[in-house]
Amino acid sequence: MDINTLRSISPILVLLAFIGVCWWAFAPKRRKRFEEAANLPFADEPPQSDAKKATATEQEQDKL
Amino acid sequence: MSNDTAASALPPPVYNYQVVRQFSIMTIVWGVVGMAVGVLLAAQLMWPEINDFWQPYSHFGRLRPLHTNAVIFAFGGCALFATSYFVVQRTCQAPLFGGFLIPFTFWGWQAVIVAAAITLPMGYTSSKEYAELEWPIDIAITLVWVAYAIVFFGTMVKRRTSHIYVANWFFGAFIITVAVLHVVNSAAVPVHLLKSYSAYAGTADAMIQWWYGHNAVGFFLTAGFLGIMYYFVPKQAERPVYSYQLSIVHFWALISVYVWAGGHHLHYSALPDWAQSLGMVMSLILLAPSWGGMINGMMTLSGAWHKLRTDPTLRFLVVSLSFYGMSTFEGPMMSIKTVNALSHNTDWTIGHVHAGALGWVAMISIGAIYHLLPVLTGQKTMWSVRLINAHFWLATIGTVLYIASMWVNGILQGLMWRAFNTDGTLTYSFVESVEASYPGYFVRFLGGAFFLTGMLLMAYNAYRTVNSEQAIEPEKAAQPQLA
Repeated sequence: MDINTLRSISPILVLLAFIGVCWWAFAPKRRKRFEEAANLPFADEPPQSDAKKATATEQEQDKL
Repeated sequence: MSNDTAASALPPPVYNYQVVRQFSIMTIVWGVVGMAVGVLLAAQLMWPEINDFWQPYSHFGRLRPLHTNAVIFAFGGCALFATSYFVVQRTCQAPLFGGFLIPFTFWGWQAVIVAAAITLPMGYTSSKEYAELEWPIDIAITLVWVAYAIVFFGTMVKRRTSHIYVANWFFGAFIITVAVLHVVNSAAVPVHLLKSYSAYAGTADAMIQWWYGHNAVGFFLTAGFLGIMYYFVPKQAERPVYSYQLSIVHFWALISVYVWAGGHHLHYSALPDWAQSLGMVMSLILLAPSWGGMINGMMTLSGAWHKLRTDPTLRFLVVSLSFYGMSTFEGPMMSIKTVNALSHNTDWTIGHVHAGALGWVAMISIGAIYHLLPVLTGQKTMWSVRLINAHFWLATIGTVLYIASMWVNGILQGLMWRAFNTDGTLTYSFVESVEASYPGYFVRFLGGAFFLTGMLLMAYNAYRTVNSEQAIEPEKAAQPQLA
């Protein structure tokens, strides 16, 4: 293949990759998984900060 | 919440807060030092005699790289180390990996900063912008960076959670890309211990320099700080990020577009025309992921806007996002060749950089440190929330004064330089444009002084916060830490 062919189709490949990422991220079947991931900053048990822990737990209860 | 419940069933891990604390304190120290040098430089442009107080060390040309290195790599770098070490532990629910490498990254990084602060005023420079340090220091940086990567990714490998939180993706991209940029751009042939020549020549050297330079902005000053944004904005607002899906698209779009944009630094130069146009087009595309991320951060506050009224730390984080949105709109606009014909080499560029550096990078770091210090010292808030508020206003007013004066100066300079008489001669001499810039230089000096004053308030507040921990809760200070 001529290198110029690759150069010409590279924008299309990038576009396809972009659509692929969008599809992967927004597909409904991964929705729950990402919701869990979004809550990771609140998921751990901080040993020293009780105020933050309380709020995080509250939020998890809201979700449940 | 399967993974969350599983994780919280285990005993909470003992995090290594020691190194986070060291880097947090040094963020404030180097912030004050770097910004003080910046205010000195602003004063030198206003009152040139100040150049002479200790020649040749006090000359603008020697202090300018000291300022940029201090604020980017010392202040910004320490903020990134502190926050990434904190976030990776908290979101992976694992203590830091790496043993002796952890303190090595701290002491190694401080040694590099001190070496820079000594060699740059002495005039040792490779003359590559934002990569001025000579080759032995470059090697030291590489060693620290490799240790950093081992600690960070090692911690990620040990994680208890199944998913890697998006902030860690941004921190990870920042660590890998900065390693590549630094090693490639700093390749040089040493002549002796403190002198080397770049491995590249001519236009190729310029192109590699600005591939490095722009991605230092893109990955050091953007991706890393977006990592801060994705943890500290949700945490301070006490709600998860607006759209986690958008953050995934944001990540991949941003890192794949940023690397191509550097050519816009070399508009109307010897760089091939197609490469300049490519740099311009990629810069314009970059607006989309930048604003996607900004909107994602802003919308995290939907339903919690009232918190801005009482929480100046959150205000720092949110205003930093507004400045991020502003400067990532301004940047693509300035990369358009016809706009660049006016803005190139004028103070507009300096204003644009500081909209990003003061408004985005510094403000989000300050917000993150104000969140961190109470957590690290086991307290509810900083010693004084009112001082945070005062700092917020000083920083905001300072940034606005700085960028507004540089807009005025930049457009003024651009218009004066391109003004022709009917017979084809230049209407103004260069020095006339310098004279016309004086009022702007003074306002810039004021803006910088405002910002620096805010940092001094922060230093005092941090000192009192750390001290009151020892006074009230000595047993918590003595809590065992993994080193």
